[in-house]
Amino acid sequence: MIRASVLFVGSLAAILMSFVALSVFPAVQLMEIEPTEGRIDYNFAESQGRQVYMREGCIYCHTQQVRPDGFGNDIGRGWGTRGSEPGDYVFDFPHLLGTMRTGPDLADIGQRQPSRDWHLSHFYNPRSVSEGSLMPSYPYLFEIKSEAEVLASDVVVNVPEAFAPDEGVIVAKEDVLNLYAYLMTLKQDPTN
Amino acid sequence: MSTTAAASVEEKKMRPPEGWREEVDASVRWPVIAFIASGTFWLIVGSVLALLASFKFNHPEWLVEQASLTFGRVRPAHLQTMIFGWVSMTGFGVLTWLWARLLKTKMRFGWLQLVSVAVWNVAMVIGTIALLAGFSRSIEWVEFPLFVYIIIIGAIAIAALPLFEMLRRRRVHHLYVSIWYIGAALLWGPFLLITFSLPIYEGVAHATANWWFAHNILGLWITPVGLAAAYYFIPKVIGRPIYSYHLSILGFWTLALFYNWAGLHHLVGGPAPQWGVTISIVFSVMMVIPVVVVALNHHMTAFGSLKAVLRSPTLRFIVFGAMSYTAVSLQGSFMSFRFWQEITHFTHHTVGHAHLGVYAFATMVLFGSIYYIMPRLTQWEWRSSRLINLHFWTTALGIGMYVVALTIGGILQGMTLLDTSATFMEAQFITEPWLYARSIGGTLMTVGHLIFGYLLYSIILKKGPELEGPVYFAPVLRSGASSSSAS
Repeated sequence: MIRASVLFVGSLAAILMSFVALSVFPAVQLMEIEPTEGRIDYNFAESQGRQVYMREGCIYCHTQQVRPDGFGNDIGRGWGTRGSEPGDYVFDFPHLLGTMRTGPDLADIGQRQPSRDWHLSHFYNPRSVSEGSLMPSYPYLFEIKSEAEVLASDVVVNVPEAFAPDEGVIVAKEDVLNLYAYLMTLKQDPTN
Repeated sequence: MSTTAAASVEEKKMRPPEGWREEVDASVRWPVIAFIASGTFWLIVGSVLALLASFKFNHPEWLVEQASLTFGRVRPAHLQTMIFGWVSMTGFGVLTWLWARLLKTKMRFGWLQLVSVAVWNVAMVIGTIALLAGFSRSIEWVEFPLFVYIIIIGAIAIAALPLFEMLRRRRVHHLYVSIWYIGAALLWGPFLLITFSLPIYEGVAHATANWWFAHNILGLWITPVGLAAAYYFIPKVIGRPIYSYHLSILGFWTLALFYNWAGLHHLVGGPAPQWGVTISIVFSVMMVIPVVVVALNHHMTAFGSLKAVLRSPTLRFIVFGAMSYTAVSLQGSFMSFRFWQEITHFTHHTVGHAHLGVYAFATMVLFGSIYYIMPRLTQWEWRSSRLINLHFWTTALGIGMYVVALTIGGILQGMTLLDTSATFMEAQFITEPWLYARSIGGTLMTVGHLIFGYLLYSIILKKGPELEGPVYFAPVLRSGASSSSAS
């Protein structure tokens, strides 16, 4: 090639086409979509919890998308009852669909495992409730208080003896309570 | 043919004066060194972050007290420092040098590139600290805060200005294929960053835009620079022209037309509109055309010069990279199929594939390019061929282990996830030995990076013995090769 203009115009035209088709067009197509029945926008604590989910990089090990019947084994694993649909995500920005399943899918975790005790123990040390898990512990989302310091409003976390600190009790910080609140919004067909 | 004759007349008219290489190299010396040295700094930072992340898979209780060192923060910090620090900054240094050599003209306003390096580094520092401090946007491949990308776009624009000025003042009639790839990438990179930053996506549409963007950063920003370098250095060091000019045109335009449609194959089986996913699978398979064309051109040029490949550090790294490009691209086309993604999607298999592309291809090509460029910029030789050799084998074996481990481990993980009788934990347990192997491979690569960093430091500061001639792995017996054709 001799002329630089051919190169620049040609390569810009090429990328412009796919940008319009694959980025802009889906945005337009999905703009007017209705939320799945029963799905409502996040309240303050839930959206704060979503920030914790983003900050700690949960997406690098957990997806939030159930594969449809006949493709993969998601429904067989009890991760949901149907494939995920665009209406499940209308209140989501950024999207947190994820690309990796080092840990299980979380699209329906609010129904599959609603126990707050289980989740708080799991965040404090995943191996306390899930033997052999590769998930990191998040001790910095908790504080260790002596019995005398515990306030009536504190959420005390009960973990099995082997994982408990030598002294004092484990108290959940606000971040991890918000994170739990966010996880509980992750339900397929929340009206059920 | 008369057009060829006319072209050669044109070429004669524009012929640069004797000694133009030294003049051109001198004009880009400090900007290129600054880009390469900065990139290498981020390579080492990124390697440390990578090892942290990898060892955490082996020992999940390791370093959990500090929020800034949790897996979910160091992992995006690794990716961002490698992509926007190491590959992009070093790539910019390499492309600037190629651009100057191929247009045979001096760079004016080189200080603009030095400003760009400074601004870019500040953006990288802010972005990396922000991620570790908990300000991730949690969008894969674009985790830094938005304003960091705005600064990086500005830095790219500032660094590109002198390049466009050089294009205007070029002293060649015909634009070599490397110039096409670089010129296009200079438009594509900022275009991608700007369009994905627009506030027009939410929900599932944000995911489609995300993967359109992320796949294209690899395909239209990193890949073109790697291919441009391979297209330049393979024929240059061997000393014979590229196999086919027509194939190079075909390869470039098919890449330009096909690659940018391939990204949505990342969303197979998800909630995204499946028409988009299907389009992307079709184009992923069509990518076989540019890949085979480029493979023919590169490998047929290198074919028959095996001795040169063994002797020249530049060629050894670049031929390794070019072969990896063929492998990763054909693998990528295959991986887009739905039946295969049913197994490998959401597993470590994809991570292995990503490293085959960004490391075994792009990073190895950058290493090879730097081994050629630096002695010409510093007028000094590499201090030790044994260390270069060690750099090659640690990185080549390291990435080999890495890719093999995750490729196999990922398939086993995927098959176990599909197995209705296996528990989820069994799918995790089956990956564990392969994740150990990945850590060993990563450690080898990091050792290689430290050796490379030491060699780079030595040549920039002109440490080590003053050598008579270029450094080879083995004595070059054949005489007559001009001194500027091999290193």
